[in-house]
Amino acid sequence: MRALPWIGLAALAAAPFSGLGNYPLHLLIQVLLWGFVYTGWSIMGRLGMVSFGHGAFLGIGAYVVVMCWNHWGLTPWIGLPIALALTAVVAFLIGYPCFRFKIVGHYFALVTLALSEITRLLIVALRDHTGGSLGVTPKTALTEASYSLVALQFSNKIVWFYIVLAVWLAGLWLWKKVDRGMGRLALQAISQEEDAAASIGINVTRLKLGVTLISALMTCVGGVLYAQYQAYVNPDTVSGIGISLQMVFGVIAGGMYVRLGPTVGAAFTLLLAEGLRLAFGNSMHALDSTIYGLMLVLFIIFMPKGILGGALEAMQGKKSVPASAQRA
Amino acid sequence: MELFDVFLLEAVLNGLLLGGLLALLSLGLNLVFGVIDVIWICYAELIMIGMYAIYYFYVVFGWPLLLAMAAGVLLVAAAGAALHQFVIRPVLAAEPINQLLVTGGVLFFLQAAATLAFGIEFKNIGVSFPPIVVGEISFSMPRLIAFGVALAGMLATYLFLKRTYLGTAIRAISQDRAIMPLMGVNPGRIFIVTSALGGALAGLASCLLVLQYDIHPAIGLSFGPITFLICVLGGLGNMVGGFVAAFIFAQFISVGGFFLAVEWGYVIAFVFFIAVMFWRPQGIWGGK
Repeated sequence: MRALPWIGLAALAAAPFSGLGNYPLHLLIQVLLWGFVYTGWSIMGRLGMVSFGHGAFLGIGAYVVVMCWNHWGLTPWIGLPIALALTAVVAFLIGYPCFRFKIVGHYFALVTLALSEITRLLIVALRDHTGGSLGVTPKTALTEASYSLVALQFSNKIVWFYIVLAVWLAGLWLWKKVDRGMGRLALQAISQEEDAAASIGINVTRLKLGVTLISALMTCVGGVLYAQYQAYVNPDTVSGIGISLQMVFGVIAGGMYVRLGPTVGAAFTLLLAEGLRLAFGNSMHALDSTIYGLMLVLFIIFMPKGILGGALEAMQGKKSVPASAQRA
Repeated sequence: MELFDVFLLEAVLNGLLLGGLLALLSLGLNLVFGVIDVIWICYAELIMIGMYAIYYFYVVFGWPLLLAMAAGVLLVAAAGAALHQFVIRPVLAAEPINQLLVTGGVLFFLQAAATLAFGIEFKNIGVSFPPIVVGEISFSMPRLIAFGVALAGMLATYLFLKRTYLGTAIRAISQDRAIMPLMGVNPGRIFIVTSALGGALAGLASCLLVLQYDIHPAIGLSFGPITFLICVLGGLGNMVGGFVAAFIFAQFISVGGFFLAVEWGYVIAFVFFIAVMFWRPQGIWGGK
């Protein structure tokens, strides 16, 4: 049983060489990329900080890097640290007062919602530089070569697959680090009873800020990769209320409290959308979202632990699992 | 310089009219939150459904406009009651955040279902009014109507809550959910009535919006966020606070949009919102 994850990982790493076509490979990249972003969201979400503002961090990641490259010719390798720094500043500016003044629950969700809307509106308002709601394409560096390390552009999907795979694994590792760290127990105590946690000497504000920073920075990296991989960004797909809600729901569908839950959620939502699209064609292009929305409602009512969480729980009914695995 | 001032005055007055509309938008949401303690993230999508209903009754079926609007209000009221019965009630005992998220799922569902049923093209009921010109300032007639109806709607809600038996029961249950069942109030029934009333207010808002804006499946996204933020700014569940907050927001949008682009008006309003949250998390009007 212990070898199972490694076998799975080896199979995943070998996937591009098993004669997989471009389209399945594209889906796999999408699943891993969004799986990484959703994992980043869940690091915060599972501890009771439900953010509707991650669209802001995704948007900063995507747009800062593309703007740096298009306007100043700065390589994404410089753009990335700039985007991360900006994300950290924004996360701190919104997080510190929220945690300091105990803005939690509904209020936290709605304050962060305002943040992601501000980001979207700013991108639209600065249309002279960002291309507004029409979106923007990073200037291509692939006129002669098929790849450019400086511009972080690769025409070969296999390269992207390994980049995204590595980032996704790093995301899972971070998730585990936070999960196993001292801070998580403290944070779980906080999410249940904040005042009581503070009374036993837990520094609530600092712990929450730390987790928020990790989560925001991961989302920012996801935004950078998304922009570079798709070679097109648009304010509605990387910021605003739509994508922020989508992240929350992906995580809920998969299962917020298990490590692979967000990835399962990403795979499920993506395959559902693609499957329905293939089945019904583009003439019924809203059918997939209709069914998706309906399933979300049913999930939250009947299976609040998500697909993977629910499945694991059902298995636990049959055999006993170590206590640590139950929580994780 | 004088010309400038006239246009600024026009922006301020138009902001005032917009404030009335926003106040009505936030009223239903505030009522539901105050009583049931649930935020309907899909509130603006209910308004969208109402707008489509009015469009179909009036344009496609050829009903008189006022009858179409009355039917629209009733339909959205029924939708509000159904939303509570089938979606909110099963999760009332769950974590509060699940209640928020489940209505977010309804948002996706309604938006996509509307796209599926009505297509993405913009629809308009084709009723136009001449602008009213006073001196050098011109007002849009639908906005003036919206302002008047919004004020009347708020007054009616206020009187209903203060003067009727049912209204008193609603206020009582919003103050103490645990005690009221012991006093012979059936909370399940009150919740359904409140949801229907919240839906009816959303329906009323759709009557006013349909006169001013084109109808499309994503229209909820342009009114939804601002409605939540107004409610929070006024203190969730605090109807007077929401009323004041709506007028503040409308001025930011209208005057900000006058000096800069429209988006900047919203950006300023949202930044103001976040700043106020840090300064007074209970809202501008909250007592505590």
